[in-house]
Amino acid sequence: MTRKFLALSLLISALLLSVSSAVFASSSETEESNESPTEFIMHHVKDSHEWHFFNIGHTHVTLPLPVITYAADRGLEFYMSSDFQNHDTHLFGEENAHNGIYIDSHEHLGRVDGGSIMDFSITKNVAMMFLVIGLVLWITLSAARHYKKNGAVSPKGAASIVEPIVIFVRDEIAEKAIGPKYKKFVPYLLTLFFFIWIGNLLGLMPGAANLTGNIAVTFTLAILTFILVNINGNKDYWKHVFATPGVPAPLLPIIVVVEFIGLFTKPFALMVRLFVAITAGHIVILAFIALVFIFESYAIGVVSTLMVTFINMIELLVATIQAYVFTLFTAMYIGGAVAEHAHDDHH
Amino acid sequence: MDLISPSSGLIFWQLFGFLALLFILIKFAWKPMLAALEERESTIDNALKAAEQARNEMANLKAENEKLLAEARLERDTILKKAHDASAKMIEEAKEEANKQGAQMIENAKAVIETEKKAALAEVKTQVATLTLEVTEKLLRKNLSDEKAQKDLVDGFVNELKLN
Repeated sequence: MTRKFLALSLLISALLLSVSSAVFASSSETEESNESPTEFIMHHVKDSHEWHFFNIGHTHVTLPLPVITYAADRGLEFYMSSDFQNHDTHLFGEENAHNGIYIDSHEHLGRVDGGSIMDFSITKNVAMMFLVIGLVLWITLSAARHYKKNGAVSPKGAASIVEPIVIFVRDEIAEKAIGPKYKKFVPYLLTLFFFIWIGNLLGLMPGAANLTGNIAVTFTLAILTFILVNINGNKDYWKHVFATPGVPAPLLPIIVVVEFIGLFTKPFALMVRLFVAITAGHIVILAFIALVFIFESYAIGVVSTLMVTFINMIELLVATIQAYVFTLFTAMYIGGAVAEHAHDDHH
Repeated sequence: MDLISPSSGLIFWQLFGFLALLFILIKFAWKPMLAALEERESTIDNALKAAEQARNEMANLKAENEKLLAEARLERDTILKKAHDASAKMIEEAKEEANKQGAQMIENAKAVIETEKKAALAEVKTQVATLTLEVTEKLLRKNLSDEKAQKDLVDGFVNELKLN
């Protein structure tokens, strides 16, 4: 099947390559590109106040989203993103200000009078987050309903998808990384895994927002892990940070500084790892798609499609791996904080 | 909306959304699910343990049964032997008793016969004596009716006496 498909696409490429110069010439004259490839990619990767799906000719197919602002002197205000746009170009800008508020071309909120304003809008990513939460709730609650209805029986339906993951997270991640006190942390790890996993997968859908590849999202998840780890840190954990055992006294100030910074580098690494892995994947896919618009050639189109398909499959893998890795590292940090370890076993 | 600077609005919504998700899932999904899984695992463990125990019990029971059976067999043999002995003894005793009784009966019969015989003999003797007396009387009456016969008799006695 795959081989046939590859052979066919190569044949079409060869055929089209002969006429590609003509196509290139004609198309570049008729269609003026209003977006550079970088802008095209960044537009898809970054958050936005409106949910843009696609254009048909010059018509923008978008979903306007609520804009919620707060300013100390103005209070809480609700608008729609379409209030701040040029209706034809769908571009934000200071010239489209509405009620003294505008959204600039970098999607930052501003006030015409220069005052400060805070942005609590339901942006594309927030809407996406609600979608992800809804999907996670739907899957897990229907799985849980199976057990509530039938008691401790063998899984069926949604439960047979959710149960192996629950058991994997409980036995392979929580119990192995945390140790005997793992039970308390299993619900958090499960929620984390499902949110990131479903978020990663939905993010791969065409037109979806890059939720788990947004630094604010990974930052929040990392902060929650950071808080959870440090409020559960036992005496050993803090002793390890502020009076590292087995270190000669003269080195102690340096080590303590290093260990203290280590408290923050762990969640920082979590934040960056997920953000980079997902965003980079999206950028690679979008770059291959952008190639089509740069070269405006059918041959490149075929190759790009093949590559995009291939990268998408890798991204499916990455989506799961990153969810696993984030959960695993969270479990390991918790494990380090709650473990009652003998002090001579390492260092 | 920059790529690497987190926006406060999204952080707020993400925090709110994720914590809401966390609490809903803990209450309505993870707790019942983990409890059900744990319950099921313990049920399976218990069932396996129970099966193992049942197997052990079965083996014990079988051994016990065999022991009981052996004991029963032994007891049966003992009882049979005892019964055999008892019956043999009873037969022996019965025989002895019968013999004794027979002997006694024979003895009694003998005694009775002896007594009867003695009585009969006595009767016979009396009859004989009576008859003899009657005959003698008749003879005497007839023989001693004449003088001569009396004299001969007396002579006869006297002769006899002399000889003695």
